[in-house]
Amino acid sequence: MDALTEDKNQGLVERFFIFWDKIGILLVFIVVCVVFGILNPVFFNPLNIINVIRQVSIIGVMAVGMTLVILLGLIDLSVGSIVAFAGIIAAGFQVKWGGNFFLSLIIPLLVAAGIGYFNGYVSTKGGIHPFIVTLGSMSIFRGATLLIAQGKPISGMSPAFRFIGAGMIGPIPFPVILFLGCVIVFGIILKRTVFGRYIYAIGGNQEAALLSGIMVDRVKILTYTILGTLSGLSALILTSRLNSGELVAGQGYELDVIASVVIGGTSMMGGEGGVYGTLIGALLIGVISNGLNLLGVQPYWQMMVKGTIIILAVLMDRMKRRFRTV
Amino acid sequence: MKRIGLLFIVAILAFSCMFGTLALAQEYTIGLSFPSLSFAWFAFLEQAVKDKASQLGVNVVSLEANDEVSKQISIIEDMIIKKVNGVLLVPIEVEAVVPGVEALNKAAIPVVTVDRRLKEGVPVEILAHVGADNYTGGKKAAEFIVAELSKKFGDPKGTVIELYGTPGAGPAIDRSSGFQDVMKQYPNITVKTQTANFRRDDGMQVMEDFIMSSPEIDAVFGANDEMILGALEALQASAKFNVQEVITIGFDALTDALKSIDDGILDATIEQFPGKQAATGFEILYNFVKEGKTPENAVVLIEPAVITKDNLDQAEKSF
Repeated sequence: MDALTEDKNQGLVERFFIFWDKIGILLVFIVVCVVFGILNPVFFNPLNIINVIRQVSIIGVMAVGMTLVILLGLIDLSVGSIVAFAGIIAAGFQVKWGGNFFLSLIIPLLVAAGIGYFNGYVSTKGGIHPFIVTLGSMSIFRGATLLIAQGKPISGMSPAFRFIGAGMIGPIPFPVILFLGCVIVFGIILKRTVFGRYIYAIGGNQEAALLSGIMVDRVKILTYTILGTLSGLSALILTSRLNSGELVAGQGYELDVIASVVIGGTSMMGGEGGVYGTLIGALLIGVISNGLNLLGVQPYWQMMVKGTIIILAVLMDRMKRRFRTV
Repeated sequence: MKRIGLLFIVAILAFSCMFGTLALAQEYTIGLSFPSLSFAWFAFLEQAVKDKASQLGVNVVSLEANDEVSKQISIIEDMIIKKVNGVLLVPIEVEAVVPGVEALNKAAIPVVTVDRRLKEGVPVEILAHVGADNYTGGKKAAEFIVAELSKKFGDPKGTVIELYGTPGAGPAIDRSSGFQDVMKQYPNITVKTQTANFRRDDGMQVMEDFIMSSPEIDAVFGANDEMILGALEALQASAKFNVQEVITIGFDALTDALKSIDDGILDATIEQFPGKQAATGFEILYNFVKEGKTPENAVVLIEPAVITKDNLDQAEKSF
């Protein structure tokens, strides 16, 4: 990314893609917002803006973790199932197994981290492509959720637990704080720590990273563990917001999460991108669905618009790369 | 040594085969195929069937289709290979499951559909259909809202939100058309419809957006309880509307909804007596398999009922 700007002789097309790289998706985001704002003034109501960020925060927290995984050039399909599994465990500890507040926070997070560790460990040490491993855990933990819940959602959380998803700090919903907090923390980790540098290095060129003495497997496992933990955090927010551990929770979330990351400009090939782009990507998806809902548009259109944006975003990414290699 | 080992294995195999057929021959096996056991609704149906089955001493095989038509068809194929005596089916879609039912017909395995019907006119044989009348249920929900609005305003008027189920699903279509057919008669009622895919998280999110975009909301109809429960969370969190003043009605009479009615948050839900449906369907199938008795009516519809705080005890479930 930085190497690009140092190039002296840039063509017009290249310049466009550098420009796109920097603020392209932000521009799309602003245009979309303005259009919705003109069509329905309610859109810019501060309450609605907070509403959108809150709706996005569940996907957003996971998308932050997914950014790290995708930066490594890897993928995780199991996040939706982790949300369901950790959520049902949280609900279980709230309602069925004693109702201890701290256990209902810590155990789901630990379990979710464990699943992430499992994904990372099996895919690196076992030499299996993470697509397969996480497809497997997606199925395992969806099943495990049904097993634990015995086919019924678990409802009725305590007021303290409900604060995680439904609470406010001043005018700001607590999930929004958690989400933006994750963006900032992992933004700093990626840019300012050795671990962050290793992620970019491995994603950019794994052989080189390995030869220069980076413990590649260890970084990968840790990254999957982080994503697992963040999925657990999303599970806590969702369970708390719905006041219920749902069996279908998180179904299809992996697509929205991956889409947020990719739309935000992180390359599926790894090595390029970051969490601030993901923030915009997640907001863009949320804004599209919110704006179309406000206008009363049927969701068939929403699905089509979302799909189109994903393809365009990746297409831009590809073209950017092609011009670089020429 | 090797030969003895081989002999031993063959002996075990032969014995287990014999034992296996003996065990099977003792009772009938009925296959269940429901769209997905992750919906509380179907888990309850399954339980009702299992209770009835153990009462009658019948084996039950139940497999998970994850709400995917292709998976449901392969489950049916597996059941044919297992040679079940009959299949109790809740089709995921009205038409797409037809090849599976054709295969059952070819294998001469009787089929009873429960809850959801196959499309009319498809060239397959169904022993019977036992179901809820989703259309009437939707109508009853609309009539409940109309009556409550008349009580509130003197005459039926206001803004009503309809949370629609998964687009394309039979119950979603029938419930909505029953609801709409009643609402059409009242020009002063504005109905705003949006789908929330039968899911609680979607119900909450869509309701949040309605709260932003709609200046007034007098009533909300959720085409299932999951959606209305999500919408209630959104209403309770909003400063703009008071959940006590908004008329709310769900569908399915799930435990959580009944509890919410008892707490005075949800106003009503529609009970379709799924346990009774499933048990009746199972009984028809059993009578046919055991005694070759064909049911008097090929279609049995169970009349839905509106459950409010006053008649909570009529609901099949308790909380």
